[in-house]
Amino acid sequence: MSDWVEACAAGDIDEEDVMRFDHAGRTFAIYRSPDDEYFATDGLCTHEKVHLADGLVMDDIIECPKHNGRFNYKTGDARGAPVCVNLKTYPVKVDAGKVLIQVG
Amino acid sequence: MTAITSSAASPRDYSLTGRDARLAVENGLAAAEWYHTEIPRKQMKELMQRSDQPAIRDTIIWLAAFVVSAAGGIWFWGGWWCVPFFFVYGTLYGSSTDSRWHECGHGTAFRTQWMNDVVYQLACFMIMRNPVTWRWSHARHHTDTIIVGRDPEIAVMRPPDLLRAVLNFFGILDTWHAMVDMVRNAAGIISPAEKTFIPEQEQPKAIRVARIWVAIYIATIALAFYLHSWLPLMLVGLPRLYGAWHHVMTGLLQHGGLAENVIDHRLNSRTVYMNPISRFVYWNMNYHVEHHMFPMVPYHALPKLHEMIKHDLPAPTPSILAGYREMIPAFLRQLRNEDYFLKRALPPTAKPYREELHNDNPVAAAAE
Repeated sequence: MSDWVEACAAGDIDEEDVMRFDHAGRTFAIYRSPDDEYFATDGLCTHEKVHLADGLVMDDIIECPKHNGRFNYKTGDARGAPVCVNLKTYPVKVDAGKVLIQVG
Repeated sequence: MTAITSSAASPRDYSLTGRDARLAVENGLAAAEWYHTEIPRKQMKELMQRSDQPAIRDTIIWLAAFVVSAAGGIWFWGGWWCVPFFFVYGTLYGSSTDSRWHECGHGTAFRTQWMNDVVYQLACFMIMRNPVTWRWSHARHHTDTIIVGRDPEIAVMRPPDLLRAVLNFFGILDTWHAMVDMVRNAAGIISPAEKTFIPEQEQPKAIRVARIWVAIYIATIALAFYLHSWLPLMLVGLPRLYGAWHHVMTGLLQHGGLAENVIDHRLNSRTVYMNPISRFVYWNMNYHVEHHMFPMVPYHALPKLHEMIKHDLPAPTPSILAGYREMIPAFLRQLRNEDYFLKRALPPTAKPYREELHNDNPVAAAAE
């Protein structure tokens, strides 16, 4: 089992927003939902490798900034064209005001 | 504005499976990282925010205009008074659907996704663009805007086929090709070019839609025969011809006469100031540089985005007429030299073009 990695402070991300986190040559997207929960996925859209952190969070959806492809960031499910391949998700926890993700 | 020619005189291959398609990949022009103006995340989030209200308002007006113009056309059918009603109906059917298809395909018009989907399907039927095929072709258009061999939506290729462009004001060749594609898809055939941008699992959906559309057109033609009247076809199908003029007029301005094979939308797209009626029909797509740079921004927020970034963009073309005054001479020049294009000047406040990335190799330039 991989170690937990500190991604950011909980307050670094606004509610209903997303932030980019790069670690060990990989890029992730960290989300804060409207009900103040945190989630993490791969950082690049599965359609054309665009950074999702530049996209728009609406409820439980992240929309890619390039082609408006949509994913459920809580489950990683692709929600229709032009995205067909699901996003990989990662466990997240908040500990002492820090957002930690398990990047295994 | 600067006019530029290049010494490289090799005929272009716009096929999606040809030589230039391969060269674009080899040269790093496919799926490249494009220039965009810097906007703070907070402001960008505000611009991207979705709302149902503007599109619901506009769609109610749009549908009401359809009903009133269709009713007038039917009521006065057989007399001259039907002409202005069918002019409005045709423009709504054959032109305003271009922008509705486009905005709802991006999913930005409404916040509620099913509303985008409903208007998207309706508009696609009227503009005769398969909703599956065109969703994917438009994704490619945004990835590889006006990249030769990659972009399936280049309206005017070089050297320009001006007869084709003129005929398309009446939807003639455009509609013919759309019908051929529809019948071919309905027969279960996806072309090699379509296969380059539609994923395999999506292709059956394109075939299913084409079959439904063929059934609708057959029913409309049968009704026309039954009634011994052109009226059913004046309402379904023919408006794609007699109402196409506005979407072709505005659509040619999007990229016409500008650069190819560049990765900066300021060089290959045109923002044009337009009258309020055209902006309603066109749903603000006259802010075309802004739309390509930030496709997440809904149509109703594009004027605000324009104000925010215009310091970094070429001066907007002041009117539709001014657009044609610069574009037509460029097209005529491209008949003699297909490497000629218009290079738009940037204001002093803008970040300069990255000339090393652009494939123009200018040998002659003249300020206009």
